[in-house]
Amino acid sequence: MLNPIDLAFKKAKKENRPALLTYTVAGDSTKNQSLIILNTISKHADILELGIPHNTPVADGSQIQTSAYRAIKNGIKIEDIFWIVKKYKKNKNPKPIILMGYYNMIFQYGEKNFLEKCKKVGVDGLIVVDLPWPENKSFAKKCKKKSIYLIQLLSPTTSKERLNKIIKDSHAMNYFISMLSTTGGKLKVSPKKIMLNYFKIKKINPKKNVVIGFGITEKSIKSLKKADGLVVGSAICKEISVSIQKRQNPVTNVANLVKKLKYKIL
Amino acid sequence: MKLKKGIPVIDQGNKLGFWGNKFGGNFVPETLKKPIEDLEILFNNLKKDKKFIAERDKYFNNWIGTPTRFIKLKNLTKHVGGAQIWSKVVSDANGGAHKIYNATVHCLLAKRSGKKIICGDTGAGYAGKMLSMAAKKFGLRCKIFMGAKDIERQQPNVRAMKKNGAEVIPVYSGSQTLVDAVSECMRFWVANCDTTAMCVGSTVGPAIFVRICGWSTSQISRELKVQLINEFGSIPKKLKLYNCVGGGSSSFGFWNEFMDYDKKQCEFIGVEAGGPAKSKRHAAPLTYSSKIGILHGAAQYVNQNSDGQIEETESISAGLDYPGISPLHCFLKDTKRARYTAASDEEALKAYKLVTKYEKLRPSLEPSHAFSVAIREAKKMSKNTIVVVNSCGDAYKDKKILRNRLGKKYA
Repeated sequence: MLNPIDLAFKKAKKENRPALLTYTVAGDSTKNQSLIILNTISKHADILELGIPHNTPVADGSQIQTSAYRAIKNGIKIEDIFWIVKKYKKNKNPKPIILMGYYNMIFQYGEKNFLEKCKKVGVDGLIVVDLPWPENKSFAKKCKKKSIYLIQLLSPTTSKERLNKIIKDSHAMNYFISMLSTTGGKLKVSPKKIMLNYFKIKKINPKKNVVIGFGITEKSIKSLKKADGLVVGSAICKEISVSIQKRQNPVTNVANLVKKLKYKIL
Repeated sequence: MKLKKGIPVIDQGNKLGFWGNKFGGNFVPETLKKPIEDLEILFNNLKKDKKFIAERDKYFNNWIGTPTRFIKLKNLTKHVGGAQIWSKVVSDANGGAHKIYNATVHCLLAKRSGKKIICGDTGAGYAGKMLSMAAKKFGLRCKIFMGAKDIERQQPNVRAMKKNGAEVIPVYSGSQTLVDAVSECMRFWVANCDTTAMCVGSTVGPAIFVRICGWSTSQISRELKVQLINEFGSIPKKLKLYNCVGGGSSSFGFWNEFMDYDKKQCEFIGVEAGGPAKSKRHAAPLTYSSKIGILHGAAQYVNQNSDGQIEETESISAGLDYPGISPLHCFLKDTKRARYTAASDEEALKAYKLVTKYEKLRPSLEPSHAFSVAIREAKKMSKNTIVVVNSCGDAYKDKKILRNRLGKKYA
């Protein structure tokens, strides 16, 4: 049986468009609200990334940090995150869920327990920001046994030799970081250049899906639409922050944003 | 877990950078893999390069000033009764603290790699001040990340950094102290690693930074070894080396050359920050047996909750106010080579009062923690025991806190 992540890419390809991946922080701004957001954007997004908030994030820019600190301040615990996934998966047409976080949270839960719990609630993939290859080799194997994809990150600084090795060991999906930046940085490289790098990676193994993330907004998403998938995170987190600031409903605003993003890549 | 003899501790990690297969490593975002690998290759080559060593020593001797004094605290010894109390006055070094060694080496490395900008973190402000000095000396642009709370409480060092032309970037996230400054500095490096070198201010962070820092501060024990032999004819039969431990850079450097001696002869005592006596918060993960976790790219004992969120610390000394601890010290603790304990804010202040009352020495709040335990323990020791406390920083930066806590007389 195909992993739901593969199915999502297949469906997008059939429609001749990239898959749209959203990223929100679990528990932002509350447990319930983040579940409602997932259910609402589910219609427009193909894959949902859900961030595990951590208080010493070394790769996240200010937007995602703000979301993470807000969620932690409002009391989110790792068990709540599993609860959110479990509840969301009861949606009539649930999309694949990818949990994204930092290794210490998994380490404290215990790799084995964490993966068992992921499997039980319906997590389809994992991104562990600070567990790069080859350090993640043994964890990747454990994920595979549970049919959970461990998604490898690839960066503009990753050497050709290293790219080959990582992609060879990778599961069916990889994540290309568009530029040297933390999440949500201003796009400082031209989309043309990003796509050039993207195709270099794609060529190594065309069968594996590669998504692009970091710095993608409503403005830039269209110019990257030749990719297998595009991730929008910080722009969504920012929308939540702004909505709260303006005392507007984050759920409606985020839903509108995701709808617009989808429209741009159709 | 075993310490090997004849091999420098910084080189005892495994292939992936873990000491004792457990502490350290490289838990970093993919983007940093390449710059870290580049730095590893550069450092591994240069540390074998005689020309580079000569260059390092030239700056250490002529610019930092070596050796720093090794003095007997006669009056304090008399007052305490018991062991002889000595001090290695590392605060003699240019800039007033041991952080200058690591900063100088990082700038030398940055020059070799062709980088024009160097960024660094700071808690007490010493790492930042020294990096700004070294950057100025070597013609590099300098960016210092510092928690907003620390900027407020360590103004003299902030002024020094700015005077040296560094840009001081306040960090407002989290607890607004060292832990957040290190995170923000690492984030900056993620986004700018093509043009910028990073200097981690202590023996923490990804393995290569732990090694570079430990290699740099080891100058302290190289000097001390010579000074001990000059003074006593040989390494004393009973030697106790007391040092405060925050990230662990000064203590590691203070002990390194004595690593292979039997601990019955050369004992290492690390003093962590116990925080305010009445508070449950502390910055002493080794003393209070915090669980192992990952912080700033390395596996280490670290204050955290059951979910793995890093906990806020509390200490009167900004330089020790860090929830984690160097992987090197985790290794020295688990191999039982060093012993770790803590002193509270109040105990450190009391020790500061005592030392300044009897001696012409003004240890900053960080080494005052070490003095507190040394004084307490020296009382019970024989006269032929040599206690050496590393006075690794000067109290000038603590003026404001000392005035508030002890009154004008002590500021």
